[in-house]
Amino acid sequence: MNLTLNIWRQANPTAAGAMHQYHVQDISEDMSFLEMLDVLNEQLNEQGEDPVAFDHDCREGICGSCDLMIDGQAHGPEVTTTCQLHMRSFKDGQEITIEPWRASAFPVIKDLIVDRSAFDRIIQAGGYVSVNTGAAPDAHATPVPQADALKAFNVATCIGCGACVAACPNGSASLFMGAKITHLGRLPQGQPERDERVVNMVAQHDHEGFGGCTNIGECTAACPKEIPLDVISQLNRDLRTAIRNGH
Amino acid sequence: MAASGLVFIGFVLAHMYGNLKAFGGEESFNEYAEHLRTIGEPLLPESGLLWILRLGLIAALVVHVASAFALWKRASDARPVKYQVAKRRNSSLSSRTMRWGGLTILAFLVWHLLNFSIVKINPAGGETNNPYQLMVDTFDLWWMTLIYLVAMAALAMHLHHGTFSAMQTLGFTQTVAARSRARLAGWVVAVVVAGGFSLVPLFTLFGVIE
Repeated sequence: MNLTLNIWRQANPTAAGAMHQYHVQDISEDMSFLEMLDVLNEQLNEQGEDPVAFDHDCREGICGSCDLMIDGQAHGPEVTTTCQLHMRSFKDGQEITIEPWRASAFPVIKDLIVDRSAFDRIIQAGGYVSVNTGAAPDAHATPVPQADALKAFNVATCIGCGACVAACPNGSASLFMGAKITHLGRLPQGQPERDERVVNMVAQHDHEGFGGCTNIGECTAACPKEIPLDVISQLNRDLRTAIRNGH
Repeated sequence: MAASGLVFIGFVLAHMYGNLKAFGGEESFNEYAEHLRTIGEPLLPESGLLWILRLGLIAALVVHVASAFALWKRASDARPVKYQVAKRRNSSLSSRTMRWGGLTILAFLVWHLLNFSIVKINPAGGETNNPYQLMVDTFDLWWMTLIYLVAMAALAMHLHHGTFSAMQTLGFTQTVAARSRARLAGWVVAVVVAGGFSLVPLFTLFGVIE
């Protein structure tokens, strides 16, 4: 496959960025999207140019590092992470536009890499259980209904990649917050801190400069882990309960 | 946004129902309009209840518009650099046009109040103190009916997303089934309200109501 790539290049957080066009030849459709970018970077290295900086780590779809906006879709056209996106999802001769996540809370560090530490600070504000809940055998001491365990597990699959923010027309991180609040709120260990968790996480979310949710639903379509929209409803209900309880 | 929106859903449902009195003829329609002013008498003064409702609606409008602009500002601050290519894959047109659609409805509301309430402008130049005649004269003009129908289309879209979004914001959509019920409620409210409102102008224009 031969492809034309339009890529956002930005030397550092304060520099003005711009789109640059590159051409890559003989790309195999079995390559992952990141391997295709590796080919481009080898080519740029040979030409003595600065390679395109992009985030990646596990390349197994579980770390959430490889955040790229591909043709206006977070992680590209498939419901998966960019590392698990393969070139067979594209056509020979196609022009592909690659941009970083766009959010004021996710400032660009270089080229396609953004700083997502705002997510860490939201988790630090309340996305945890403060006490030691024991080792694996202790799990039997606290029975959890299967439906709750399943729901908690399904939303605990959030990898914090930020695709929800990237896809949201409002730049809101409500799906990310809702996933953590639903995950811990479904389990007995999460109950004592449930009210302060939602209040503190929402306060940190707003402080970081994320937008407000208007329930448009783009986040859930972009989520590589298919977190459903009802976690935002759970977030809202928990917030309402917390306010009623005097938080 | 959600709480004030629910106030408006209740209001448009009641308003739409009242408008259907036009099918009962001039007497039925005008009597209903007069009745609105005398509900609660003698406990309340004339138009007493009407003013209580009006104040409630004005308060809801202020809250609704202020929240909308606050969300709008937050959204534009949250993404100062726009995407070169943006694709939508899971959002309804109505959800993406809430802000401009809302402004359209607000502009329509100003005209609607001038037309039928505050000033009572008769665009055909006829009498203005007979509510039924004012309504018939207005909708006998095809372009007036068109303006009202366009506004009802904007209202339908606003209600379609707004009803669902309110349920979601108030935390009533915790399951897949509850979420589809809320989406269905959005469709039902939009079709019933905008459809019900559109009947009177259309039937007036085509001479059934005269």
